[in-house]
Amino acid sequence: MAAPPQHLIVVGGGMVAQRLVEAMRDRDTAGAWRVTVLAEEPRAPYDRVALTSYFSGRDPEDLSMGSPALWDDPLVTLVRGTPVVELDRAARTVRTADGRTWAYDQLVLATGSSAARPPIEGSDLPGVFVYRTIDDVAALRGWVEEQAARWNRPVRGAVLGGGLLGLEAAGALQALGTAATVLQRGTHLMSAQVDLGGGEALRRLINALGVAVRVNTSTVRMRANRRGHIGRLDFADGGRLGVDVVVVATGVTPRDELARSAGLAIGARGGVVVDDTCRTDDPHVWAAGEVACLGGECIGLVAPGYAMAEVVVDRLLGGAAVFPGADTATKLKLSGVDVASFGDAFATTPGALELVHSDPVAGVYTKLVLSDDARTLLGGVLVGDASAYSELRPMVGRALTGDPSAYLLPAGTTGRVESSGGDLPDDATVCSCNNVTAGTVRAAVTEHECLDVAGVKACTRAGTSCGSCVPLVKKLVVAELTKAGVSVSNALCEHFAVSRAQLFDIVRVTGLRTFSEIIATRGAVVGGRGCDICKPVVASILASLDDGHVLEGERATLQDTNDHVMANLQKDGSYSVVPRIPGGEVTPDGLLAIGQVAKDFALYTKITGGQRIDMFGARLEQLPEIWRRLVDAGFESGQAYGKSLRTVKSCVGSTWCRFGVQDAVGLAVELELRYRGLRSPHKIKLGVSGCARECAEARGKDVGIVATDRGWNLYVGGNGGFTPRHAVLLAEDLDTATLIRTIDRYLMYYIRTADRLQRTAPWMEEVEGGIDGVRAVVLDDTLGIAADLDAAMARHVDVYEDEWAATLADPEKLRRFASFVNAPTTPDPSLAYVPERGQVRPATAAERADTSVLVAGTTLAVRS
Amino acid sequence: MTAGPDERDWLAVCQLADLVPERGAAALVRGEQVAVFRLLDGRLLAVANLDPFSGAHVMARGIVGTRGDIPTVASPMYKQIFDLRTGRCLEPLGKEPLHLATWPVRVADTVVMIGYPVRAASPGALVPT
Repeated sequence: MAAPPQHLIVVGGGMVAQRLVEAMRDRDTAGAWRVTVLAEEPRAPYDRVALTSYFSGRDPEDLSMGSPALWDDPLVTLVRGTPVVELDRAARTVRTADGRTWAYDQLVLATGSSAARPPIEGSDLPGVFVYRTIDDVAALRGWVEEQAARWNRPVRGAVLGGGLLGLEAAGALQALGTAATVLQRGTHLMSAQVDLGGGEALRRLINALGVAVRVNTSTVRMRANRRGHIGRLDFADGGRLGVDVVVVATGVTPRDELARSAGLAIGARGGVVVDDTCRTDDPHVWAAGEVACLGGECIGLVAPGYAMAEVVVDRLLGGAAVFPGADTATKLKLSGVDVASFGDAFATTPGALELVHSDPVAGVYTKLVLSDDARTLLGGVLVGDASAYSELRPMVGRALTGDPSAYLLPAGTTGRVESSGGDLPDDATVCSCNNVTAGTVRAAVTEHECLDVAGVKACTRAGTSCGSCVPLVKKLVVAELTKAGVSVSNALCEHFAVSRAQLFDIVRVTGLRTFSEIIATRGAVVGGRGCDICKPVVASILASLDDGHVLEGERATLQDTNDHVMANLQKDGSYSVVPRIPGGEVTPDGLLAIGQVAKDFALYTKITGGQRIDMFGARLEQLPEIWRRLVDAGFESGQAYGKSLRTVKSCVGSTWCRFGVQDAVGLAVELELRYRGLRSPHKIKLGVSGCARECAEARGKDVGIVATDRGWNLYVGGNGGFTPRHAVLLAEDLDTATLIRTIDRYLMYYIRTADRLQRTAPWMEEVEGGIDGVRAVVLDDTLGIAADLDAAMARHVDVYEDEWAATLADPEKLRRFASFVNAPTTPDPSLAYVPERGQVRPATAAERADTSVLVAGTTLAVRS
Repeated sequence: MTAGPDERDWLAVCQLADLVPERGAAALVRGEQVAVFRLLDGRLLAVANLDPFSGAHVMARGIVGTRGDIPTVASPMYKQIFDLRTGRCLEPLGKEPLHLATWPVRVADTVVMIGYPVRAASPGALVPT
């Protein structure tokens, strides 16, 4: 006759307990074990992972798992609503809350986790929920329905935490009809599973569902409304959000209290320490699931918990199983949002390669992580289209057959080959002016044997119109050439074999201060005299390093026409004029003066995007007279023509605005006056917002400053233009002096190291260490250059003079404004204008042919 | 129709000192706009001021440089590159090449002069190749 069965007690009635009992009943055919499950919740184990579906199917039974017959097995006892309160390892008993004592031969702790409540003031207010159990979800649902009945408007919900659970909770709130906002402390959503690019794509998908997302946001306070319920969230950046319900989904804490009081070893960050057989240091006590701390960490996923349950059962039955290692692959379960992450998603394996396909329009971001030989799949991130997940996940650790990039292509596309290194699919438009795709650019290199950017431009016309895509074209060309084994030069042009950053260092260190000296000693070709690429670069470098006027001596010959005449060349050869209006603040008298100048010279007048006024149609020979009037009225050059600081845009700030928390205009004026005239690799723009509402759109600027109630948050690397980019947070709650010092260093670091015409966003992608690297340099001075950068900016501020005022005072410089060397004041006879909406514009070719329509040719009366 | 140098009218446009080395100057000659350039080595060159790609009269405001041994000017409008000696477009940037008319230049004493064919009202246009 068989021995009486031993008694196995499982503490906890979750999914892992269920799997453990199932496995035991499957494999213990001899009936060696009887199992008692002591469950805290008043119900049988249910599918917690599918908790959100409780909102679509109201019945909790919808979440039940497996066969209900399991609990009817004579060797299985499920005790519900009976939490275990004490573990006596010496006696091998547990005591439950109802006072009963249970003896065991072996004990498995499967208590799981509880939702973490962050230590935020007000997080215990009515209306603040966690998202862990059916009861939590039912309570949340009841609360939202109650609020919906109370308010004559949609219920406002917020979720703290942008991870897997937070997004599911947001989906649940939205399903209940609330206007939901996800608040993520970090830089992007699901930061434990996907990278920044994937997080951005995910944010767009979440937004498309109608759920708002606020990243880089830490909640510092939860405030009650008049009823004493949750009413408002206050953020560290000074922002606020009115809410009627809050779900906290910021993480979980292992339920290890029984083990702690029983003296079992506990992991550094909680959890019951077990070996790879899931056994604790007590040979009669095991742990499985989220409460188990294996290899130093607790894993908040169900699949590893199931694997642990299987290991425990195998060991209890005399087997030799060990935990195989966690498969941390995850897939977000939110309708309309496809996200999967698997394997080494962050490419932490040494030498790992990342193959990325990003299509913001289609809402797809996919990335494969490959071994250094680009053959073995190590992991991946799939956002927006996770159709390849099931196919790829089993391939982790194995060589992929065929071109790995084929896996990244959207379903339904065929035949395209994605190059490693480039993150653009072949059909993505690179040059929108001439409608040239990345594939065409690549083909120019691979099929038409173009070996440089100039060749590709000539072959494809990419970059030949506005030129804004040239850096991108260059990147694609370099990537293709590198792939083809052609060594790629970073030479500036045929005259210099070095990059802009290298040339900057050469000029800085050698002290060479004229173009002739620089090209004679450092030029790549004997007798070369430069070109339209290297001359403006050298002019810009000299402007950054030396005090002289941009038109001083030989330096004038280096300038493109904009800098040469300090105005913006327009399509017909006339120029536009932009006086500086710091921070967009202008007096009525200033406006009248500008208006009078524009009227007297019949200039087309338009407000710019940078909060100033542009006057078009000024002829070369008119520029000094126009500027004499503007300078007399107190204006100075706006450097709208230069690769330099343009504007510091601001909202009206706390001086007038009901919501402003800092003086945005005051700071904007201070910054604009500090950095005016600062030459740089590309134009730079700043923005200052007086509160978190961000009316100045500062995060679209190279340097964006957003006021908080404790100071200023500093964002960097925002760009508009061809490739718009939001600025990312560099530092929080800075006082004004620290803020300015940090901006000083950031701008100088950029000026010294960026490539020609490289804006701040692409520079930050390429600079060593990205945003973290920049932060280390400008805040922690890891390169030891901060004092040098500070000194360089101090020098700039010190030697600044208004270029236009200086020019007007120098007859030699004024000579360049002659329209003709033999007729200095005769207007260009080819200029012709027609009226439009009360002003003038250049005539078209057809209008020129029909002289009857011209109103403002060269005979236009001008007051002199 | 190209006339030899001896058969040209030499029209004075400016003093040599009016020309900044490696920078152009526009001149109005017989109603036409000419861009005159003075190179560092003293050479004087003249091309049409009309940028054929943009239709604006701006060539005198372009950046002067070299490509190999060839003296060049870049259009300030869309940056096509031209040979200052021949007017030939060296870098059409993806467009159909268009070239610049040219004139001979010489200095008498300190006066810069441009040579026009005696019987032609305007210079012969460079034939695109």
